[in-house]
Amino acid sequence: MQISAPFDYARATSVDDAIALLDRFGEESRLIAGGHSLLPMMKLRLARPEALIDINELGELDYIREEGDELRIGAMTRHYELIDSPVLQRRFPIFGDAGRVIADPLVRNRGTIGGSLCQADPGEDLTAVCIVLDAVTVLRGPSGERTLTMTEFHRGPYETAAAHNEILIEVRIPIRPRSGSAYEKVERRVGDYAVAASGASVSLAEDGTIAEIGIGLAAVGLDERPAEAEAVLRGHAPDEDRIAEAARRTAAATDPIDDLRGTAEYKRHLAEELTKRVITRAIARAKGQER
Amino acid sequence: MTHVSIDINGTQVERDIDPRVLLVHFLRDDLGLTGTHWGCDTTNCGTCTVQLDGRPVKSCTVLAVMADGHSVRTVEGLETGGRLDPIQQGFMEEHGLQCGFCTPGMLMTGRALLDENPHPSDGEIREAISGQICRCTGYATIVRAIQWAADHPAAAEKEEATA
Repeated sequence: MQISAPFDYARATSVDDAIALLDRFGEESRLIAGGHSLLPMMKLRLARPEALIDINELGELDYIREEGDELRIGAMTRHYELIDSPVLQRRFPIFGDAGRVIADPLVRNRGTIGGSLCQADPGEDLTAVCIVLDAVTVLRGPSGERTLTMTEFHRGPYETAAAHNEILIEVRIPIRPRSGSAYEKVERRVGDYAVAASGASVSLAEDGTIAEIGIGLAAVGLDERPAEAEAVLRGHAPDEDRIAEAARRTAAATDPIDDLRGTAEYKRHLAEELTKRVITRAIARAKGQER
Repeated sequence: MTHVSIDINGTQVERDIDPRVLLVHFLRDDLGLTGTHWGCDTTNCGTCTVQLDGRPVKSCTVLAVMADGHSVRTVEGLETGGRLDPIQQGFMEEHGLQCGFCTPGMLMTGRALLDENPHPSDGEIREAISGQICRCTGYATIVRAIQWAADHPAAAEKEEATA
């Protein structure tokens, strides 16, 4: 039987209460959201927090809403809500693509976007999605709020810029006209972490050229957007050759490792092929040719 | 110890528990509700699935304290007044089980699916149970069992009326 080491448990009643509890219980306390990464690690004693602060009752962090030219997602929004949301389906279909390949429906009933971003597992999908969409994270701590770009927030595998007594409360995504986005993942079996995954978002200019493009990958050792690949398409009319070249450069920027999910060579191949597909689909969606 | 008050199958249960106790063990060991099975212990097999506020979750990956103030429905909560839920009857009619180990989880997910989507396609059923493992049936009869329940939403009542 897998049972975690003992810990103190406290339930936060508000964001400010959660921050106060983190300060009170100290450095060895952890927030718990859906718990589907943290609890398995605790059961294996890979994590031994002295206290868990449960933020599952914070309904104030469970929302998806448009505000001006931004879409705002509360950190406690669960994966199934990302898939079911009409506004995300219309504005950012990449969330539906990615959401449907995160673990399985039962896990998606508990897992949250904030938990995924803060866990920062290298095989996790929503970090890549948020990088692709130019998302900004909002952190709140004892001295107030600060906003960080995904590049500033996400430091690498299992590491973010969030301080111990800070809580990720919101993700903000710029809404751009004539936009489309897509995500695709190859996994060994349903519900597994990615062998490789790729996401793309494009915004078209009025003349049909690509005004803005974001590319992001999961599980292949690339935490930043592949700038050289994006430059191939930005400002140009999208044609097959340019998409193929962008995909080639994306794969060249990856640094995958051989592991039980596949060889580095195979993962690089996937990175190229998946990137080609998601750019093509994102463009089709931006043109309203595909859902 | 932490005090919890949880609605379990419609009955309010109060206990003082160690926060590290998982919901599956609270149900089985503290409450004796052994209908919920304890399988892989790693969020993979799904036999421990119960409904938390109506949504199916894997109870090996939920702390019992996290259910404080919420409602939990287990396989014991399906039949009412000695009458099987249509989902249970469907598994009988269509041979939705052989060894039965995965069955409580499959029943809870099937019931939750039909509550939200009374007429699912076979594909939607397969998606709904994709987080659960059955090593006997090859899933075909489980899909048929859930479709049977979808086709007979008032099966139990009808059976009683003709009895």
